[in-house]
Amino acid sequence: MKALIRVVVCGSVDDGKSTLLGRLLAETGSIPEDQLESARFTRRPGSTIPLGEVDYSLVTDGLEAEREQGITIDVAYRHLMLPSRRRAILADAPGHEQYTRNMAVAASTADVAILLIDSMRGTKRQTHRHLTVCGLMGVKHVVLAVNKLDGVGYDQGIYNELVAEVSDTARRMEIESVIPVPVSALVGDNVLAHSPNTPWYHGPTLLDALDAAEIPEHIDGEVRLPVQTIIRGKEFRGYGGIVAQGAVRAGQTITVAQSGQQAKIVKLHGLKGIEPFEPEQVITGESATIELDKDIDIARSDLLVTGEPPQLADRFAADIVWMSDQQLAHGRSYTLRCGPLEVPATVTNVRHRLDVTNGNTMAARLLEINDVGRVEIATSRPVTLEAYSESRETGGFILVDRMSGETLAAGLTRFALRRATNVVPHHFEVDREARQVLNGHPAKVLWLTGFSGSGKSTIADAVERKLHSLGIRSFVLDGDNLRSGLNKDLGFTPEDRAENVRRVAEVAHLMYDAGMVVIVALVSPFRADRQAARSLFPEGEFLEAWVDTPIEVAMERDTKGLYAKSKSGNLPNLTGVGQQYEDPESAELHLSGTDPVEQNVDTVLRMLLPDAVD
Amino acid sequence: MSIDNETSRVLDALEAEAIWVFRETAAAFERPVLLYSIGKDSTVLLHLARKAFHPGPIPFPVMHIDTGWKFRAMYELRDRTAKELGLDLRLATNQEARDQGVTPFSHGAQEFTRIMKTVALRAALDEGQFDIAVGGARRDEERSRAKERIFSLREAGHRWEPRNQRPEFWHTVNNSLTNGQTMRVFPLSNWSELDVWRYVARENLEVVPLYFTEERPVVRRQGTWIMVDDDRMELEAGEQIEMRRVRFRSLGDYPLSGAVEGEASDVYDIIRDIEVNRQSERAGRLIDGEGAQSMERKKAEGYF
Repeated sequence: MKALIRVVVCGSVDDGKSTLLGRLLAETGSIPEDQLESARFTRRPGSTIPLGEVDYSLVTDGLEAEREQGITIDVAYRHLMLPSRRRAILADAPGHEQYTRNMAVAASTADVAILLIDSMRGTKRQTHRHLTVCGLMGVKHVVLAVNKLDGVGYDQGIYNELVAEVSDTARRMEIESVIPVPVSALVGDNVLAHSPNTPWYHGPTLLDALDAAEIPEHIDGEVRLPVQTIIRGKEFRGYGGIVAQGAVRAGQTITVAQSGQQAKIVKLHGLKGIEPFEPEQVITGESATIELDKDIDIARSDLLVTGEPPQLADRFAADIVWMSDQQLAHGRSYTLRCGPLEVPATVTNVRHRLDVTNGNTMAARLLEINDVGRVEIATSRPVTLEAYSESRETGGFILVDRMSGETLAAGLTRFALRRATNVVPHHFEVDREARQVLNGHPAKVLWLTGFSGSGKSTIADAVERKLHSLGIRSFVLDGDNLRSGLNKDLGFTPEDRAENVRRVAEVAHLMYDAGMVVIVALVSPFRADRQAARSLFPEGEFLEAWVDTPIEVAMERDTKGLYAKSKSGNLPNLTGVGQQYEDPESAELHLSGTDPVEQNVDTVLRMLLPDAVD
Repeated sequence: MSIDNETSRVLDALEAEAIWVFRETAAAFERPVLLYSIGKDSTVLLHLARKAFHPGPIPFPVMHIDTGWKFRAMYELRDRTAKELGLDLRLATNQEARDQGVTPFSHGAQEFTRIMKTVALRAALDEGQFDIAVGGARRDEERSRAKERIFSLREAGHRWEPRNQRPEFWHTVNNSLTNGQTMRVFPLSNWSELDVWRYVARENLEVVPLYFTEERPVVRRQGTWIMVDDDRMELEAGEQIEMRRVRFRSLGDYPLSGAVEGEASDVYDIIRDIEVNRQSERAGRLIDGEGAQSMERKKAEGYF
């Protein structure tokens, strides 16, 4: 049984949450006396609680910034000392709809949920939302605090009805146990001590119900140890990480899931006090340091396992909680992180959105802030994501914006859509290096970005002619030309533009691997998309050149008649007119589209292939 | 007295989390630094860092923001610890302010702390180009800390933006830093003061002897006992140095750290005292006396 349990507290201020938490924390001695001082001697207007007594609703009062603005920003974490001397860490999440994402955070590591309902108002959409989020995030046990019973005359009938309603929803969400407790946080009924006001109730108090939560320590099952860090000492090399499943012991044979290589654990390292010692075993949730019998190739984020290694896959179905003000755009590349694992990933499809207030699914193409939905995800290489229902640690992930670094979503892997066992990349003997030697020049990618009519194609053409005359193998990928074939199914919405850039970048990558100098001429108006293209190539191999031409000049040129079309309203998504162009921040080259072409070609070549032009 | 089994298992869980934090700090960031202030929390922090990388060395430097006014016993322990453990110890002081004669007496507790700690810390982090700094803060220390992340993002200029903090899921850390952002990280986030002392007891760690009662030269000031640790102490009118049996709950600059009376000759006495009296250690710090929200404001400025 775990000694430290994590608890998510669901409910809003209106349900009496701060009073309940304040009472639990203060009366169990979980808060130092001097920190209760202000709850004794400050009062809200209209309060009837005598000065000197603790106003429980003030104990967990939040940040100054929050009080000034009358809002709750975020999850608060507090310890609760349990009678058994075990410990609960309470994650107190704001209850209202706009904070679904905060609740998801608090529930993601929780073993137990305290769910508050206000018996005077009954179960609301909110209660169902809380249960749904808990169920999704894998919370298996609920302590149901049916609060404000003093307000309904301690009516057992009302209590029973509410309990039945919640139990139904909980069963649907695969929550294993619901322990209901009738309470009044204000009066203190059944919070820490049994109340004479509810003679019909014979179950545990709220505190005892929490303390009775038996959360097993998972030591069964095969070992899953994601390598977090390499530990180096004098003539020592070991591997450290949190055990995600099973029990690690000396003598076990482990397999690196990614490569199939095997080795034997010869020793576990630890310190007892300040003395070195060798732990007998290290179990789920604990940090291990292992030493192997031989030197095999292991890096951070490799998964070490016993028994049959999990299959690698690069396409997954997942439920995600979208947390950002910017919408989810499928086709865009994000960074996926799961523990130490970090991999570029694309949301390729949104299947549906989940109505968290009733569990129904609805058709959706996009997800917005606080939405929960089922999506398909493609990773840029095969990875070991497992089903979230099997393992939170190896199945839960986040999506990070590559430009801003913002955490956009939390994801729960449901199942693999494409196993990678039959698509393990074959390692060919003739590779890019070999082709480069044969060609006598390096492979490079030049990415020209800018408005339509800025002069990208003109520069691309001139650069290629020059390369050709120098005997350098090259190819131009021109946005407009590709749209007549490979990309003819795509339009100009931000999502379609993202997919357009992705495909062009992949084609450029193939040609680059073929040893060629690839010149891409593509409006590619969005930073994130250009960044995603860049991330496919080793550093220094991808040159971004911004062909910077004033929009007035481009309109004046209007080589393709697009601006005229746009003026007549037939082209709503034209970059620079109906859609924004995000100026490059990290382009290697900044060309002026009004400079002579020869001058721009010269600048480009000096940077692209300095050895070839000198 | 010893630590009971359930409590020891709670400590195991807290220790495992802290070790994970240390390893993530070393593996997912470029230039970490451990802030070491020589108190009990720092002692535990340093020990956890050793555990995280044993049998290898701690793979980053340890930095002390030295105001020049710490207790002599703290300097002694710092230098000895650094030598015994082979630490890469860096010292950082706001030398300019020191040369200008800024003292706890000339500028008062709040201003002195801002100049000699917050400003010095920011300058030292910038100079060392550290992208992540490990600190010993705990969520139970003060109400505004309850919402602090374990990995806490700082905007350029070390500003803490409560509304721009990243959600923390499972054991997955978003380590992206852009536009001059840095990270502060708190491995002891989920520890209480009692946990720290129980861990010191269980792991048999050496702490500064000032935590234990002895007869010490003190003066009465602002309702607390201030120790006269050297001859730089400026006495105010009517103050008399007297010998009292005192100890400290919390250590910092000696003219700003209040001592309490009462016997505690070993760690177990301290643990019993906290269990019975339930007063937090901050009760003795002069710096916090300026209102319940002063910590939140200091943090927004870049204090730990």
